[in-house]
Amino acid sequence: MSTAVPAIVVDGVSKSFELPREQVHTLKERALHPFRNPGHDTLHALRDVSFDVKQGEFFGIVGRNGSGKSTMLKCLANIYAADTGEIYVRGRLSAFIELGVGFNPDLPARDNVGINATMLGLSPKEGRRRFDAIIDFAELHDFVDLKLKNYSSGMLVRLAFAVMIQVDADILLIDEVLAVGDLAFQQKCYDQFEVIRRSGKTVLLVTHAMSAVQRFCDRAVLLEHGNVTEIGTPLLISNRYQELNFSEEARAIAAGGVSAIESEGEGEGTRPNGGPKDTIVIADFGGDRYGDQRAEIIDAGFEDARGLRQETLPAGKTCAAVFRVLFHERIEDPHFELRIVNSGDDIMFAASSKSDTGVFEAGDEGHFRVYFENVFAPDRYHMSPAVRRQPGGVWLDFRERLRSVMITGTEETDALVWVRHQVAMTRLRADGTAEIITHSGAADVEAAAHPASTESPA
Amino acid sequence: MSETTDTVTPEQPFDRALLGPPLAGPTALGTDPVRFWHLSRALAVTDFKLKFFGSVLGYAWQLMRPLLLFGVLYVVFTEVVDLGNGVPFYGVMLLMGIVLFGFFSEATGGAVTCLSDRESLVRRLDFPRLAIPTSVLLTALMNLGLNLVVVIIFLMISGGEVRWTWIELPFLVVLLALFCSGIGMLVSVGYVRYRDVKPIWEVILQILFYATPIFYTITVVEAQNASLAKILMYNPFAAVLQQMRHAVIDPSQPTAAAAIGGTVYLLIPAGIMLFVLLVGYRTFKKQAPQVAEIL
Repeated sequence: MSTAVPAIVVDGVSKSFELPREQVHTLKERALHPFRNPGHDTLHALRDVSFDVKQGEFFGIVGRNGSGKSTMLKCLANIYAADTGEIYVRGRLSAFIELGVGFNPDLPARDNVGINATMLGLSPKEGRRRFDAIIDFAELHDFVDLKLKNYSSGMLVRLAFAVMIQVDADILLIDEVLAVGDLAFQQKCYDQFEVIRRSGKTVLLVTHAMSAVQRFCDRAVLLEHGNVTEIGTPLLISNRYQELNFSEEARAIAAGGVSAIESEGEGEGTRPNGGPKDTIVIADFGGDRYGDQRAEIIDAGFEDARGLRQETLPAGKTCAAVFRVLFHERIEDPHFELRIVNSGDDIMFAASSKSDTGVFEAGDEGHFRVYFENVFAPDRYHMSPAVRRQPGGVWLDFRERLRSVMITGTEETDALVWVRHQVAMTRLRADGTAEIITHSGAADVEAAAHPASTESPA
Repeated sequence: MSETTDTVTPEQPFDRALLGPPLAGPTALGTDPVRFWHLSRALAVTDFKLKFFGSVLGYAWQLMRPLLLFGVLYVVFTEVVDLGNGVPFYGVMLLMGIVLFGFFSEATGGAVTCLSDRESLVRRLDFPRLAIPTSVLLTALMNLGLNLVVVIIFLMISGGEVRWTWIELPFLVVLLALFCSGIGMLVSVGYVRYRDVKPIWEVILQILFYATPIFYTITVVEAQNASLAKILMYNPFAAVLQQMRHAVIDPSQPTAAAAIGGTVYLLIPAGIMLFVLLVGYRTFKKQAPQVAEIL
């Protein structure tokens, strides 16, 4: 029957922190102002959080920054005491909130492994016994007596991770230590997670990397503002997480738009001879600005298929990226260009005015509009518009990451783009019979690919 | 527990009694004394190793420091100020005082900032909080052990002899360590809330250095002002040092009981010691769960 008892039960846990408005840190301040109550703001980090983790389950704790997941982790790790509610932990729990806790840069690896293993709960004797296994895993045989301060960061991470996995515990609590080290070592870590998972240990992984959640977790809980938003399968949790992100970002952009209008006045004085009708856009994301600004980018944005400004755009539809340039002096054949980068800073798309653009007199405006098929995967994209004196010439104005757009979509993909496609899957048996297994997706894609197929079937 | 068998909800089809006690949050002592010891020792050994890391003479400094101070004070109080002349074993008694005071100031002064020095551990690991001040005390004890060897060597050179009363030495060290531990617990959590504890404690240490018969003997004070001598002995550190001088160095030195004016009066330094220890422990225990949050 013991298998029915969860490994961890979190029952109505709340935790709040009092953040004093004015920190009283010295006795003198206390003595001088004995009756002053500085007051405090209460931060509710967790509100009535409940969930169970089954034995042997790989369980994700997911949430955005400030959602309370770190506080949850610290409560589970017994570092913070919960204000109300109870946490039951069955079995020995080891928490890995940071790799290499207690590492001392002035001591060699040999000593540090001992210290770190003791911190994580091994006896010093056991730590010494497993020393070789640790060094084997970390692949650091030649550096055992090297002081840690002479280690590269990659070596440090390897050493720390190697100690961590040597710790005996029934329940492991891991905080975002997945994405560490070089690729080969990462793979080794992932393999190790698989091993841990198969060995029947219960693992709690705190992360905001949905790929890790989908890859390892059996179930996950999504926290938002200290509340449990959802408990369920990794797919469900990732979808809800994406939703949360999108809705929040959309709100942030709306708020940002207001502040852009309010701060218009600041731009006025610095412009050489700007007309009163202009509005200088304030970059959403504080990108750098280059160029002598003899022509200025005064507006930029994304438009949907109907030509309306949007902060979020659905994937798969036609849309446009637009910017306006106001010329302060006569420029012949200026060159307009724009780049769109994704959140990982990959340049997804670039376009420029191909031909000579003619003469722009002082006071003229140039409108540059690029229509394109939106094949981008759901993510945040930034537009960096630029105008040059001539193609490849000096910048008149170049504003990095001036505007952004959120692309939303329902298609699950970890690729950079989502191209409309059709999947056709056929099984050809040895006896010569053919059988269509899947045939799904955009029908017109296939029609375009095989224009003759409808007339002469094979 | 009572409703578990009949009214099991679909979400919790298990006997909650099997869960055992809930997590209690971080504590001062933890539940596993073995782990407490391992942690304290690991921290102490690390500190010990690091102390003189990188210096040419390395550990020799730990012995040189009290000896150098001893040299200066010895010259001053025998050649310049006539305080030590004629006192048998003055040199060894001075050295003993310096070594013990060095231990006292290392154990308590080091405890002040120990929790914030180890902040990264406190905020990232679940372990008995008291292990940190304990490790400071252990490091200081290791140093004291080595320094006492030097004192004994000096004693032998100065013509002292091995006596049965030496057996008191470990007990006196334990007493002093308990006193230091009480202070350590108090000042370490105090410092987490009020940073002024550090300068305040530095001043107190300075005062204690002069208010304790370290470079003078209690007999000198007795000759001038008998009641002042008794009051000086109320300080537990002074009482321990005096007894140490009597038991280890020179039997002609008054015992702590004699110096304070009767065995009954020893209850005063003992009471102070116990009070500090209890208050220190209670304060530390009360504050331990919050240390990670305040730091």
